[in-house]
Amino acid sequence: MAKISHQIMTANRLEDGVVVYLDAQERWVENLSAAAIAETKADAKFLTARAAVAVGERRVVGPYLFPVEPGAARARPLSQREHIRALGPTVGTDFSDSRTGG
Amino acid sequence: MYAYDDFDHAFVRERANEFREQVARRLAGELTEDEFKPLRLMNGLYLQLHAYMLRVAIPYGTLSSAQMRRLAVIARRWDRGYGHFTTRQNIQFNWPKLVDTPDILDSLAEVEMHAIQTSGNCIRNVTADPFSGAAADEIEDSRVWAEIIRQWSTLHPEFTFLPRKFKIAVTGAESNRTAVKFHDIGLRMRRNGADEIGFEVIVGGGQGRTPIVGTTIREFLPKQHLLSYLEAVLRTYNLLGRRDNLYKARIKILLAETGVEAFTDAVEAEWERIRGGALTLPEDEIRRIEAHFAPPLLVAASPDQAFAEAKRAQPDFAAWCRSNLFAHRVPGHAIVTISLKPSGGIPGDATAEQMEAVADLADRFSHGEIRVTHEQNLVLADVREADLFTLWQGLVAAELATANIGLISDIIACPGLDYCNLANARAIPVAQRISRHFSDPALVEEIGPITLNISGCINACGHHHAGHIGILGVDKHGEEFYQITLGGAADDDATVGRILGPSVPYDGVVEAVENVIQTYRNIRTGDERFIDTVRRAGINPFKEALYGTR
Repeated sequence: MAKISHQIMTANRLEDGVVVYLDAQERWVENLSAAAIAETKADAKFLTARAAVAVGERRVVGPYLFPVEPGAARARPLSQREHIRALGPTVGTDFSDSRTGG
Repeated sequence: MYAYDDFDHAFVRERANEFREQVARRLAGELTEDEFKPLRLMNGLYLQLHAYMLRVAIPYGTLSSAQMRRLAVIARRWDRGYGHFTTRQNIQFNWPKLVDTPDILDSLAEVEMHAIQTSGNCIRNVTADPFSGAAADEIEDSRVWAEIIRQWSTLHPEFTFLPRKFKIAVTGAESNRTAVKFHDIGLRMRRNGADEIGFEVIVGGGQGRTPIVGTTIREFLPKQHLLSYLEAVLRTYNLLGRRDNLYKARIKILLAETGVEAFTDAVEAEWERIRGGALTLPEDEIRRIEAHFAPPLLVAASPDQAFAEAKRAQPDFAAWCRSNLFAHRVPGHAIVTISLKPSGGIPGDATAEQMEAVADLADRFSHGEIRVTHEQNLVLADVREADLFTLWQGLVAAELATANIGLISDIIACPGLDYCNLANARAIPVAQRISRHFSDPALVEEIGPITLNISGCINACGHHHAGHIGILGVDKHGEEFYQITLGGAADDDATVGRILGPSVPYDGVVEAVENVIQTYRNIRTGDERFIDTVRRAGINPFKEALYGTR
């Protein structure tokens, strides 16, 4: 199979905009370390097709693949943008979600 | 301040109801994202890096205490307990859920607020002098005219799909506190030879990837013709502006391509055709709007002895008075700017608790009204000198008493790569590092008046072109670098900053700024302000100091 740089499929969840990743069980998960990693063109094509289905089912918006460097514990995004998307703002304030309802 | 009439109430409620239906249709699959996106943007709802972002309009930056409290409720109930005041005098919530936004818009409508025209290629929220109605150097209250423009431009059918977004600012004072020359249209009130009050019309200013200082195309426009002249400018732009290239679609590019004279001729010809028609403002309508902005009844007072004594007894209070107070038109009163720039803080952010504290203080000391500045601070415009010490104590309790307005730690910063989909580099952490570095109040005061503005990309939401020191984040092969500019200014001597040299890495920004400041301190003469030193000496001394050994 044709090898490519390692990639992960990401999107934002439609209902709340939260960053999600496609895992090997075709679930959209919030944890980058659980994401499926495409290593071949066929993998990437498969993830792209599954993402298109999820868009049609109104689960996510704006899916795309981004390059990562695989690691023992977790994949590391190659871009600062994806690093920040995965871990949240780097502004040093606790922005945990404690909304009171609604 | 302006109070909605039945038409306004009905319009905003209907718009919120319409958006509720649109969200429901999106969630039900009746609208694709491509179909939905322009609809949500028309209601200020973006999709950013981590979540949706809702930009709420604060017309001409004026809020009642009730509105501020409602923003706190929204922050707490539907967001993550804070909001971000922007360089357009608006507020952004960084974490709303799509499913909650109809409820948020309903909640806003209850207090006469909305998110209309905070996005899209339309006439955006009109900005105005945050000291309107209170400034000692004011000719007229600019909010009256901003409100008239708001009513004219809201859902204007001809100008809802312009080539690009369109920003208008109004200033009614001698001092330009609205960056009026960096707007698509800047309106400056002035008197003509007959002592009549009208507008200087400045067109084609802007920042972004092509920063340009606006050009005056009409020295004096009688007030009653404001809307017909604006309509002539907008119509000319709408007809001639480019739609084939996103980066060449702003009016500043049209003005540069057609030439000022030809553009002005086209505007004047159109104006001649429509002037004196339905858009001529009747005097009674101007009076009606003016009545909404009638200043509070303030009794002139002699200098307050207790105020003077408190300054002597409390050095921190005295320092805050030196930097955060501005001259009021009524003796014995002051305009108070509340800094949203604590050391190491996020420029423009306020927690729900701080919003409520400001609302309470506004009720107690400033007639229940709050202003938002384009520098991302808040203003209480009408405070008695005798109340200043108690007000300051309230601000201290709310962690809002930073004494740094107009000083180096009063940094403008866009959300940058921490939040924004368009950004190339982070802006907020850079601001945090710089403000921590310059956290010694005595040093900050000794450095003196200076503006330091940071943008995370060339779109320049952080106004870096107009900063005395400007910092622009760029992406170099996946790494964040920062270009330093010097000599920018947003005031009457509006100038685009000049690039100092090669960009510096993220970890080198503080050192670079420190180097620039040290150079300034070494070469300034007497009490010379930073910007005056740069204008006198040019950028070469700074360039040599920063790059000389490289």
